Formats: sequence, structure tokens, C-alpha cells
Amino acid sequence: MSRPAHLDPTRSFQGLILTLHDFWAAQGCAILQPYDMEVGAGTFHPATTLRALGPKPWRAAYVQPSRRPKDGRYGENPNRLQHYYQYQVILKPNPSNLQELYLGSLAAIGIDPLLHDIRFVEDDWESPTLGAWGLGWECWCDGMEVSQFTYFQQVCGIECAPVSGELTYGLERLAMYVQNVDNVYDLNFNGGEGDEKVSYGDVFLQAEQEYSRHNFEYADTAILFRHFEDAEKECRALLASGTRGEGQRHLVVLPAYDQAIKASHAFNLLDARGVISVTERQSYILRVRNLAKACGEAFLLTDAGGFVAQAA
Amino acid sequence: MPDLLLELRSEEIPARMQRKAAGDLRKLVTDALVEAGLTYEGAQEYWTPRRLALDIRGVSARSRDVREEVKGPSTKAPEAAIQGFLRKAGLSSVAEAHVHSDPKKGDFFVAHTVKPGRGAEEIIASAMPGIIRDFPWPKSMRWGGASAKPGSLRWVRPLQSIICTFGPETEEPVVVDFEVSGIRSGNKTVGHRFHAPEEITVKRFEDYAAKLEAAKVVLDAERRKEIIRTDAANLAFANGTELVADEALLEEVSGLVEWPVVLLGAFEEDFLQIPAEVIRLTIRANQKCFVTRPAGASDTLAPRFVLTSNIEAKDGGEEIARGNGKVVRARLSDALYFWKTDQADLPDLAQLEASAEKFKLDLQKPLDQRMARLDHLNVTFHAKLGTQGERVSRIMRLARELAPLVGADPDLTERAAVLAKADLQTEVVGEFPELQGAMGRKYAALQGEQASVAQAVEDHYKPQGPSDRVPSDPVSIAVALADKLDTLVGFWAIDEKPTGSKDPYALRRAALGVLRIAIENNIDLPLNGLIEEHLEKFGLTDIANRNSVASSLSRFLEERLEVVLRDRGVAADRLAAVLDLTGLVQGHPVLRVVRRVQALHELLNAEVGTNLLAGTKRAANILAAEEKKGTAIAEAVDPSLFRDETEGKLFEAMNRSEREAAQAIQAEDFSLAMRALSTLREPVDSFFERVLVNDEDAAVRANRLALLARIRAATGAVADFSKIAG
Repeated sequence: MSRPAHLDPTRSFQGLILTLHDFWAAQGCAILQPYDMEVGAGTFHPATTLRALGPKPWRAAYVQPSRRPKDGRYGENPNRLQHYYQYQVILKPNPSNLQELYLGSLAAIGIDPLLHDIRFVEDDWESPTLGAWGLGWECWCDGMEVSQFTYFQQVCGIECAPVSGELTYGLERLAMYVQNVDNVYDLNFNGGEGDEKVSYGDVFLQAEQEYSRHNFEYADTAILFRHFEDAEKECRALLASGTRGEGQRHLVVLPAYDQAIKASHAFNLLDARGVISVTERQSYILRVRNLAKACGEAFLLTDAGGFVAQAA
Repeated sequence: MPDLLLELRSEEIPARMQRKAAGDLRKLVTDALVEAGLTYEGAQEYWTPRRLALDIRGVSARSRDVREEVKGPSTKAPEAAIQGFLRKAGLSSVAEAHVHSDPKKGDFFVAHTVKPGRGAEEIIASAMPGIIRDFPWPKSMRWGGASAKPGSLRWVRPLQSIICTFGPETEEPVVVDFEVSGIRSGNKTVGHRFHAPEEITVKRFEDYAAKLEAAKVVLDAERRKEIIRTDAANLAFANGTELVADEALLEEVSGLVEWPVVLLGAFEEDFLQIPAEVIRLTIRANQKCFVTRPAGASDTLAPRFVLTSNIEAKDGGEEIARGNGKVVRARLSDALYFWKTDQADLPDLAQLEASAEKFKLDLQKPLDQRMARLDHLNVTFHAKLGTQGERVSRIMRLARELAPLVGADPDLTERAAVLAKADLQTEVVGEFPELQGAMGRKYAALQGEQASVAQAVEDHYKPQGPSDRVPSDPVSIAVALADKLDTLVGFWAIDEKPTGSKDPYALRRAALGVLRIAIENNIDLPLNGLIEEHLEKFGLTDIANRNSVASSLSRFLEERLEVVLRDRGVAADRLAAVLDLTGLVQGHPVLRVVRRVQALHELLNAEVGTNLLAGTKRAANILAAEEKKGTAIAEAVDPSLFRDETEGKLFEAMNRSEREAAQAIQAEDFSLAMRALSTLREPVDSFFERVLVNDEDAAVRANRLALLARIRAATGAVADFSKIAG
């Protein structure tokens, strides 16, 4: 596929994203847009978490803005951000040549495996808050972790059948690598030069500074605690109202799952504010996991979860 | 004889699992062959990140026929029983059965069956699927479309292909045909993932290994290691540096590549201000690279590192070295930031004042601030044992109490105990927990702590194992003992003792540490008493309860002590002779127990000791027998009833040796006590030679028995000789 030079993946951040879109679209993925909520990682998008459950095949790819409040560095660290982009691919069931497809996507963005040292290094992925785990690798390019490659074994505490393959690319890192810059804020975002150039810093530096202040100093912890409680309550309430009993379809899983996501983000902010002790931490994670599990179980009672209503 | 070649190729296998998996494969396959009645001459396993391979030589082509005789019913048995026997034995009529005779049973049927041997191929084909399905991976997974159904194949990562060929050297081998979860065995594999991804058809092992080599795969992990070791050393040397050897890293790296190519990377000299150990761990943990040092240097590093890539890059590896250097620099920037941050003030010092006061901390000093924060944040040590702050406070008090016992300055000891855990709040230790103690020492020295205080911050964790160094500076000793005793007493107080296989809090190591510190530094530690007192700090106020917990922990320590002494060659019976009556449980201090054991050990290793033992045992046996019979034994020895001169001599020697031994025990000189006892040997021997204890005169007999009781009591003051064998 030919693109204007400024959209070459090695010249612009957006060119990198577009190239990955093209590549995965050609593999039959639905190219989705980011989920419109604050999440810690692309995995939280219902297109991954929930769609990984149940028997129905599924292929999707999307960019997901991800927030890790604790990683804020007031815009002063060249590598660390509290808001960054993940490129997420989910293929269910995983095709047998998923590793080759992944390497193909690296080739598409300009990484030649006979020039660069690509490695699959053991990494057992686990998300305690989602009750999920899988086996796979960190994918290294010249010693740098550029992607996460996971065969989901369990999500929301439920065995995956069939197993999905999940690829997560750290877009900023990858872009820094292919553009050969040492500071994330120096990334060329749009591929323009001179006056035309928009850098990653132009887009996000101010946001990083402001959100760092928010995450570490200004966020009202009393309100956040309340948000957590409310979201938890609402999630449970929604799940209860959507239940139609044994053998019946569940009616409101996705809105309930949104509340689980909200609770998770409130927890992350509280954690960044340093008001959750080590022992409490465990119990908050457990509370979010219980919400995720309940949502996952309810999802199996929906069409997308492969549910077939019993004849009346 | 035919050879078997096996390859299980999968997506990248974790480096740490490869060696064991290949060994497991060899054992499982060879066991299955032998089980089925085949023999083989030799088997060798191989592994790379993407394959487990097995080369079995000289396999017998068939298993032997197995002849069996199946006994049947009497020839006069009812028809139904005979028919049943024929069916079971696989015979079609009575004519095929033999008739045997037995004098008791009479004539009965016997079936002579022959289980024909099976061909090796058939045996292998039927064994392999089960071996693959039940392979003992520490962690395994499902994948692909098949995983939609329960019971699908599990493997460490998706299994891609199977080679299984079989045949004699002189002939074209055949493929042993079987299938596991849709993967059919064959004679094809692929080479290096990037250099030679094409399919390769192989015959026998030599052909397989050679074709892989040509396809840029070094099959033998030991050879890969050797290549990396040699090339890395040469590359470092060529650049004026020396490789810092790291066997564990070498093993791991050899499991990450099929075609090792060693390259040199660099970072800025400025990073060398970070402690060498931090640099090494940063580069090793995150990048799996080796560090180098200037030729001839011992504790400084050079700003060069050695990486192992998996390809022969088109540009000679320039890009790869550059990329790795970039990541190493980013990591070292983090490390440098951690190292500097740890030496700078914390924000919000005001909120740390209460904690500072509690531990007499100086909030002008960085490490003091970290300790204050450790307390302030109420960081949990263990749910049932409270916070780290509470723990440090207990250790501090105990260390101060111990200081006079070990000859340490109490104030310095307290200061060291207060700072001992402060580095848990540092960034570097947060990143590399294995550096706890070592970092604390550096930071303590940097803020001008007294040398023995700084040393104790590191050394109080020692000894970490049986071969680790034992602290010798008094301040270190006091804090190390306090730390370990606090841990032991705490976990005993909440009843979380180690079980046979589980010891998550390393309590055995702590116990061994306490004992080694006491023994090697000649400290007479009244453990039982210390334990009882320290239990109070955990809120155990009930005295009976405290006694029972203390004696349980003393017993545990005593068991560890037995291990230590047995390792030094002291026999179990000699240990029992001392420990059962005068061990740690009875409140005897460690060192005294050890000295008593050693003295006994030395005595019994000498001839005089074994003779004394024999005499004492004889006395004890006679006494025991008479006591059982209820024979009268005089309360005290009456010299007027002596009939033989040996009685008087023994009596005299006894009085003298008892007195000397008692004095020696009082002075804790157990060797002297043993020597005093050993003077009894000659008079005891003569006594038994000349005198018959069971004299006809009851008074004489009772008096002689009283003399024997004295022998038993005198030796019993040192050890319980009846426990000693021989």
C-alpha cells in the first residue's frame, strides 16, 4: 500500500498507526475506534475483555489511549507517560501463524528482521484486576520491549474456549525506535517538517504536566472513594436488573462493565495519590476483579457471548 | 541396530525450562521403550529456544515374544468354567489347551500363550502421543481452534511440528507415524526463524544436526554457551576490557538464541558513578547483557557491555548494538535517578516528625528520612505481625539488650538497628530487592555513619546460607541476632512454623544463622531465656503459653543445632547424650551445649573414653537389672563394707574425680570435666575385674551397688552415657 512520504511509519506517529491499521485490516480485523472511557490498557476495551469470552470467532484491531496515573512524570521523563497509546489486536481463535503475522506487521512498519534482533522472551501475562492470565512473550527489538504477545487462557476468571491471541504494541516506544528519537516528546506526530511539523510534545506535553498535577496532587480523594463505591454499586445493580433467570438472556452487560472500568480507574487514581495502603490495595483489586468476573459471566448469557436462548 | 530421532518444535520455549524439559523427554521416551521390552545403547537430548530433540542410538528393532502359561480349571470342572477359561486365554477349543497334572489337584488345563513381540516403530508410535500429552511442563497452555473443546492439547507454547524417524545406519530411516491433536509426525522441520525459515527434510541425527547447522541453528546448548563465552571474552579483551563472568546469565542467554552472535555496546562514562552492582543488575535483569571491567580492575566497571544477538545482521550488527545501547542508557538513566533520589530529601518532611522522634532519627539525613517514612506509611511486615515500624522498634530494643552480651556499644547498636531496614524505602532497593542491605550500607556510609553502623546495615542479613560469611563485628552481631530472633519468635508467636517442604519466611535459615553467629563468634547465648522475654513484645503475656512457645522454638533451634553438629561429624547418639538432658530446651546456652558435645565427642574418640564408656554402661546395666528386681541398694557408700582394695581405690578416685568434674563444669570447661572423669577408667576396670558385685552378703552387695550408682551419677553430670551406642 503506498502512502504519501510524510505518512511513512518511520516518519510520523500517525503513519505508524495507519500502517498497522492497513496491515491488520488485511487480516480481516474489524478496525475499531478507542473505547470512550478511561482505561489502564487496551485489554480493558470490551472488544477484548468481553469478546475473548464465549465460542464466537472475533478479530479486531484498535488504538486504545491508556492511562496509568502513577506513571506521570510531569512531562520531565523522556520515556514515561501517564497517558499513552497502545495498539491492540485480538484474534479469536488465534491463527496458527500468529507469530509470522506479528513479524509481518513489524516488517510493514520498517523493521527488517535481518537487520534488527527480534526476540520472543518469556512473559507470563496477568491482570489481577481483570482476573485474566495468559502465556506468551515480550517481543524485543534490539533489546527493547516493543510488544506484548499473549495467548489468553483465562479472562474474567473464565477459561477461554477457544483461546484468543492478543498483541499489544507500545506505540510511543515503537515510534521512538523507528523514528530514532530519544525523547518521546520529540516524536514527529504528523510527518510534517518545519512549520508543518506537529510533535508529540505539541500534542501531549501540557496534558502530561496537568494530569501529573491532578494525579499526584489535586485529585479529590474523598470524591474518588465515592466514585469507586458508586461505580461498584451501580455495576452490581445493573447486573441484577439485567438478569432474567436460569436459561435466559442477560439484558445489560456492557453498561455494567463500564462501571467496572470506572471503578478500576478510580482505584488507579487513588493509588497514585498514595492513599491506599499496601493491605487495602489487595482488597480493592479483589473488588474490581469480582465486578469483572460478574460481568464476564453475564456476557456469556448474551448473543455476543454465544448464548442461545432455550426454547420456552 | 536402528536409531531414533525425535524433534518437538514449538514457539519459543522459556529459557529457564529448556534444559529440564529436554531431560524429561529423554527419560520419558527411554522409559517407555524399556517398559515395552526394547533396549537401547545410548540417548542424548538437545534443546534450543524452539525445539527439544532426542537422539537415541541402537534401539532393538522388536521386543521379544513373551511366553506365558495360564493355569485353568480342573479337567473335571463344569463346562461353563472351562468355556470361561478358554475365552480368557484366547483359545478356540479345549484341543488347544494343555493338560498338566498335580498330585493334589489332579489334571487341570493350562493355556500356553505367546504374546508376540512388537516392532519398535509400533511401540514408539503408540507411546509418543501420551508422552506429549502428559509432558511435565511447569506451566502449559491451550491454543488455536482446538482449544474451543475441553481436553485439547496443552504445551508450553503452541507445538508446531514433530519429527520422528527410525532406522538403521545403513538404510533410509522411516517416519514413525503418529498424530497428536492434529499434528502429524514427519521428517520435516525449519531452520533459523529469520535466516532459514524454509522447510528442511531430515533423515538421521547426523543429517539433522548438520542441516540445522547449515540453516543457522546450533543445536547443542553447551556449544552455544561455549561460543558466547569465548566470543564475549575475546570481544571484551579486544576492546581493552574484561568480561565479568556470569554463569547463570550465560545459561539463560544460550536459551534465547539459536545462532549466537556476540556484539559490543557502550554507554556514557557518567553512568559509572552508579554503584557497580546496580549497573550490573540493571543491565543483566532488563537486557540480559554482560558487563565488563577495565582489564585488571576488581570492583569498577567499564562503560561497555556485551550482548548476544540471534542473527548475523546485514550491517554487521551496528543497528543492533546501537539499539541495545539506547535501551541500556534509558535503564541506566533510571538507575542513576534512583541512586541520586535516594540521597536527596524526601518531600513533606514535616509529616515524618512523629516517626523521627520515635526512632531518634535525624531528618537532615536521607536514610533517616527513609526510615521515618517506612514507619509513617505503616508498611505491613506481615498481617499478623504488624508494621515494619513496629518490627524495627522490637529489633532495636532487642539489639540493645544483646549488645552487652556480645561486647558491642549499645548506642551504636541501636543506631544500626534503626537504620537496618531503612533502605527498603529506597528507589534502588525497590527496583532490585536483592540489593537490600548492600544499598543501605552505601547510603549509611554516604551520610557519615560510623563504620561499624554502616557495616551492620548490610551484615545483619548475614549469613544468608550455610556457606555465607558470618558477621564478626560486635555491632553487626547484635543486630543480626536481634533481626533473626525477632523473626523466629514472631512467627512462632503466631504459630506459622515451617513444615516439611514449606518454609516461606526462611525460618530454618534464620535459625541456622543465629546458631552459626553464636558458635563462630564464641558467644554464650541463653536462647531459651531470650526467646521467652522477647515473646512479651508480641503481646504474649500468659506465662504458661510463653513457656510452651519458647520451648517449641528452642526445640526447633536444637534440631538445627543437631544438623550443624552432625555435619561436623558428631554421631547422633553422642548428640542425644548431651541434648536430651542439657540442651537448648532445658535453657542451656548454645555455646555451652556445643562445648559439652565437643568434649564428649573428643573423649569418646580416645581409647580411655571408650573404656570408660564400657565401664559406665556395665555399671548402669547392672544397676538397672537390680533396680528392676528390687534389690536393696545402699543410700551411701560405706567404706567399712569394702572387702577388696579395688573398692577403696575406686571410691577414692570417684571422690576426687567428682569434685574436679563439678568444678570444671562450674567453670564451663567441659574438656577438663571429661578428663577428670576419664581418670575413673582404670579403677572402674580393676573393680569389675576383681569384684563380683552380687556378693552373698546383702550389705556388701548393697554397698557395691551404691558404688555403681556413684559412677552413673558422676558421668551423668556431663552426659547421659546410656544414650550412647556401643
